[in-house]
Amino acid sequence: MVEKAAKPAGERQGAQIEQYLSAFRSFERGLNGESASPIHAVRKEAIAHFASTGFPTTHDEEWRFTDVQPIARAPYAAGTPGTVSAADIARWTFAGLDANRLVFVDGEFSERFSTVRSVPSGGAIMSLARALTSGDAAALRHTARHARYDQDAFTALNTGFLRDGAFVHIPDGVSWDEPIYVLYLATGRTVPFVAHPRNLFVAGRNSRCFVVERYAALAENSYFTNAVTEVVLAEGAVVEHDKVQEESLNAFHVGSAHVSMAAKSNYTSNSFAMGGAIVRNNITSVMEGQGVECTLNGLSLSTGRQHIDNHTTIDHATAHCNSHELYKSILDGSSRGVFNGKIFVRKDAQKTDAKQTNKTLLLSDLATIDTKPQLEIFADDVKCTHGATVGYLDAEAVFYLRSRGIGIELARDILTYAFASDVTGRVKIEPVRAALDRLILKQLHEGRRLEGL
Amino acid sequence: MTKENDSIEQLTNQEYKWGFVTDIEADSAPRGLSEDTVRLISSKKQEPAWMLAWRLKAFAHWKTMTEPTWPNVHYPKIDYQDAIYYSAPKQKISLNSLDEVDPELRRTYEKLGISLEEQKRLSGVAVDAVFDSVSVATTFKKNLSELGIIFCSFSEAVREHPELIRQYLGSVVPQTDNFFAALNSAVFSDGSFCYIPKGVRCPMELSTYFRINAAETGQFERTLIVADEGSYVSYLEGCTAPMRDKNQLHAAVVELVALANAQIKYSTVQNWYPGDKEGKGGIYNFVTKRGICSGANSKISWTQVETGSAITWKYPGVILKGDNSVGEFYSVAVTNNRQQADTGTKMIHIGKNTKSTIVSKGISGGHGNNSYRGLVQIQKGATNARNFSQCDSLLLGDTCGAHTFPYIEVKNTSSKVEHEASTSKIGEDQIFYCKQRGLSSEDAVNMIVNGFCKEVFRELPMEFAVEAQKLLGISLEGSVG
Repeated sequence: MVEKAAKPAGERQGAQIEQYLSAFRSFERGLNGESASPIHAVRKEAIAHFASTGFPTTHDEEWRFTDVQPIARAPYAAGTPGTVSAADIARWTFAGLDANRLVFVDGEFSERFSTVRSVPSGGAIMSLARALTSGDAAALRHTARHARYDQDAFTALNTGFLRDGAFVHIPDGVSWDEPIYVLYLATGRTVPFVAHPRNLFVAGRNSRCFVVERYAALAENSYFTNAVTEVVLAEGAVVEHDKVQEESLNAFHVGSAHVSMAAKSNYTSNSFAMGGAIVRNNITSVMEGQGVECTLNGLSLSTGRQHIDNHTTIDHATAHCNSHELYKSILDGSSRGVFNGKIFVRKDAQKTDAKQTNKTLLLSDLATIDTKPQLEIFADDVKCTHGATVGYLDAEAVFYLRSRGIGIELARDILTYAFASDVTGRVKIEPVRAALDRLILKQLHEGRRLEGL
Repeated sequence: MTKENDSIEQLTNQEYKWGFVTDIEADSAPRGLSEDTVRLISSKKQEPAWMLAWRLKAFAHWKTMTEPTWPNVHYPKIDYQDAIYYSAPKQKISLNSLDEVDPELRRTYEKLGISLEEQKRLSGVAVDAVFDSVSVATTFKKNLSELGIIFCSFSEAVREHPELIRQYLGSVVPQTDNFFAALNSAVFSDGSFCYIPKGVRCPMELSTYFRINAAETGQFERTLIVADEGSYVSYLEGCTAPMRDKNQLHAAVVELVALANAQIKYSTVQNWYPGDKEGKGGIYNFVTKRGICSGANSKISWTQVETGSAITWKYPGVILKGDNSVGEFYSVAVTNNRQQADTGTKMIHIGKNTKSTIVSKGISGGHGNNSYRGLVQIQKGATNARNFSQCDSLLLGDTCGAHTFPYIEVKNTSSKVEHEASTSKIGEDQIFYCKQRGLSSEDAVNMIVNGFCKEVFRELPMEFAVEAQKLLGISLEGSVG
């Protein structure tokens, strides 16, 4: 609740906004006649909105703990994507994951490395750009209809540059159990660039699918990923949506997911954040029909000077919906973590059951956590709880392990690993779960020894 | 259900029991706020030059500030130029005994159930009764002064103990702290001052009753309590206000200073006029309360029962600066009809081994909106700091709202912070169980709500606990179905 001296955001941001506006003008020129399409009207509206608000500052309640000035200040240019080899792609594919794959290199769709072997009949697994140009009904109906660009500057920016990303459409009644893997790979290009990936996942009535989004980098260079994902669940649809973020440690990542859930649908999000210098994840899920189950799990691991911010919003707009949320962070070095979990229970959303848990493990005295669980409740017949804890490893548990002859370093690692596996264990896709386990072990001092156990 | 709903109707429609106006000639300042108003208040109070300079500094800063908009409350814009900033009841200058107190005033106290005589004789509570900003009578002063305890009105303290005032005034809540604190610093009319010397345990509960009386007067109270090393004091603050149509602004500042090994317990029962069923009238209660545990092993404990006011905006906080110091916050906030409350606490852990406990119970009924907003900050040097927070909300109806905005900021690994919150309504099975045992639904609800608040009421001194339960009954009883 500390107020900082006011600074004229608009004035200072003039050049920063202009950088994106001129990029938009050249983007517009490259569209070749598409500029008359209804989608382009949305783009123009979104960019105008961005131009009027600029980047958020720490004076905005939503961005109090995350200063995006480094992102706003950095010069970014669009350009041709760098090159990757098949070996690079193989390195960033989950071992054992036999899946349809959509690959994007430096934000551009890579036809060469994407493999789509089978598609549900009547559905689609393809690049969003192709879906839009080929006039896919589901893509046209849902694109830019769910993510509100008038409420967030980064979503506005993404919508302004909306062009490509992953598009998945599972038709009514289809259980598509083969996971769909979407990989965003940044090459070691020296020119800083910005990518605005735009994903759309549409699950039809009583359908089921698994989607894995992964953001990774080949080198520790600086770039900016500003992703927006829209997920639409029709009545009775079941979606598991995993996101693994391993950007370069010098990169900025802002990822927003907007989930719209119809009656009796079931959505699970597992979000893992490990990379990035400044990272912001937004998940906004809106329950539009009764009987919805929404589960949001998250784990962030940070060290050095990383800053990882998780914002989640669960909007209980209708009655008889349940939500479960578990977010954990492990902070080491002088990293900074932020968690803000909002739960809204609208008037008449009776019989809501919402449970939120946020746990933070501080491994270093230089690390900082700012957590703000938030409940706003306007209905009376509801059960809402939230709990937040911040602390260090339980001294007694460490002692117990040491008394069994385990060294202090390893004892700490075992406990840290256990803390994290509570979240990783919730991932249903086995190869992804195993890969996450390895990733966490890699971050621990004595992880190598633990791996053998 | 219908029967229960009837009793809800009945009880939520209950009139404000303590609404009455005392007709006393008031000596008021002209409407409006300017440097002249500040000078006028200062001269009326015959203050020394340093006090005036302090006020003017606050006023100069206030002019540069804007009213905060972040609280989760909504009200029409306040015109600060359309209020009277000073009003004192006309009466004789000095009083030797209670008999000299204006009989009209005395009757007001009797209606409120705080007859000075009775209190003096029976309860052993020293009362510094503040009637519209000016202290009219102080009891038990002699008993206290024998122990070296200073308990007097703020203006008297400025005259008699300038060294203490100059040392501590604004040391916890600076003039520039926030919009309402700056306003208060510029125009505060009176309040209480209390100093407990080294090693003294104050033998009785100190108490001030506040009343807003003259129409359309903002009330700007200033309370300063200093507990010197190893001392102990328990302070009670309670308020009721008469019925008014126009919203009245109340922006008080309370500062507590606990030196090494000292302990301060501050309890509040707040029952300002909440406005009528449509939310018309009612007090705006924008209060800044803060304490500092400046010495090692000190302790400050806030207990509050907030049932009144149209809008409550207050965050009693503790700065835990001394090593091993302890901060506590126990709160029951009730909002009914159109009442809005945005309340909570701030616990700033600076010293080693500091501990804080937060227990907040929010109850909303009618169209009330109740927000808990709290900050727990563990600073780098606060090794082994510990915090436990619990905020529970009870919803009595489908038109009210309960919100929680807890902020937790931790910069230290050896510290442990826990936060729990829950929101629910009274279980139908609980009511059924009680009814099955022969209790009326009304009694059942009363019992359950009282049980819900027990953790907080337990912290109140005896006299207050009784009053608090009554108040809770009046504000809510039966507004559940």
